[in-house]
Amino acid sequence: MKRVGVVDYDAGNLTSVTTALKFLEADYIISSRPEELEETEQLIFPGVGEARTAMQNLRSRGLDQFMRDYFQSGRQMLGICLGSQIVLSKSEEHNTECLDIVPGTARRFSRSSRLKVPHMGWNQVQPVRSSPLFADIPGGISFYFVHSYYPEPQADSAVLATTEYGITFTSALQLDNLHAVQFHPEKSGKWGLKLLQNFLNF
Amino acid sequence: MLQKRVIVCLDVKDGKTTKGVRFKGNVEVGDPVEMAEEYYRQGVDELVFYDITASHEKRGIMLDVVRRVAKKIFIPFAVGGGIASLDDMRAVILAGAEKVSVNSQAVKNPQIIRQGAELFGNQCVVLGMDAARDAAMPSGYRVYINGGRTSTELDALEWAQEAVELGAGEVVVNSIDADGTREGYEIPLTRLLSTSLEVPVVASGGAGRSQHLIEVLSEGKADAALIASMVHIQGYTINGIKSDLSNAGIPVRID
Repeated sequence: MKRVGVVDYDAGNLTSVTTALKFLEADYIISSRPEELEETEQLIFPGVGEARTAMQNLRSRGLDQFMRDYFQSGRQMLGICLGSQIVLSKSEEHNTECLDIVPGTARRFSRSSRLKVPHMGWNQVQPVRSSPLFADIPGGISFYFVHSYYPEPQADSAVLATTEYGITFTSALQLDNLHAVQFHPEKSGKWGLKLLQNFLNF
Repeated sequence: MLQKRVIVCLDVKDGKTTKGVRFKGNVEVGDPVEMAEEYYRQGVDELVFYDITASHEKRGIMLDVVRRVAKKIFIPFAVGGGIASLDDMRAVILAGAEKVSVNSQAVKNPQIIRQGAELFGNQCVVLGMDAARDAAMPSGYRVYINGGRTSTELDALEWAQEAVELGAGEVVVNSIDADGTREGYEIPLTRLLSTSLEVPVVASGGAGRSQHLIEVLSEGKADAALIASMVHIQGYTINGIKSDLSNAGIPVRID
């Protein structure tokens, strides 16, 4: 079984992600130290909260460069929620420079729309191409979302799945060995667990 | 499309689920962890555990319930009841809850909402509000605390708006008039809040039939409907209710 590193950068509570990994009997460690995370074969970086603080926390631990190097090493990475935004070039949230692994911007849902922000609850995810991350998961299945910003990758080729909320936004993205989802698979019932299992099977 | 949520509320006393009528006379209906697992299997979208344990010494029992639930169900759930400090919030979040619901204590100390939102994020802090009809109030509804036993000087709409301003990411509005009657939600109250607030509104109190959920999710414009006795006592199943909602054109998650 592959060893999974869960990146702890003080961006929200990791309990639900680690509980799900435990349930799936994954071999995982939780760490904020690059030298420990370097010893893993797969990386999961969850996160809720605010992009600027998250990036500050990553930088102060040397995790920003570590994440870029990990991507270059070709090992599989999975970003969750805020994790799908900080991999982009920048975020509109306090105009924050992000990891710049995937060219693109995290944008805020428009305040002018009649829609409630944060986008909170179960919404349908429609993969736009086949991917091992969504293996055996039917199109249009609902996953649990809580967010005010959404990822907008520059290249259409990076879009893995989309969701409707006033606009059509990217709810899952992929570039080479990096996958990231805006929703919370660890809180999305059996299909969320299936998605996590798919990632562990990579 | 964003789905309308069906949320089951479990009132927990000394580690057991109970159900009361109009805030009085609770009867034991089962083990909260087993019940949570069963509703999870049936496709519930979210759960709320409300600790109605009277004595402070027994609060550890509730945290144990939360930890056991977190290991078995993989959907969001909230914990409320007697949350009076940031330490109380932290304890239930670390035990695995996604959200914390504050009610009476937030009326007494509104800053707990702001502090909780700053520390854990708006999405973690839910305002629970008990309200009853009162023509003397600007919105027509007055806020009550201590399980509906004590009246306050707060107007329901004004208090909800203040709580959202302070950082509450969701509002659960429980109608004291409708609670336990099984005659339907308080539609005007729910609609007023849902159309006035920019955060999701959960309707609570009064559900007895699927039609009541259909009404509050369409006419009442609620983002979610909370139920208890329909599934605890009356024998409805979550899948059955959701199928009724879906047939009525309400978007719900059906796997």
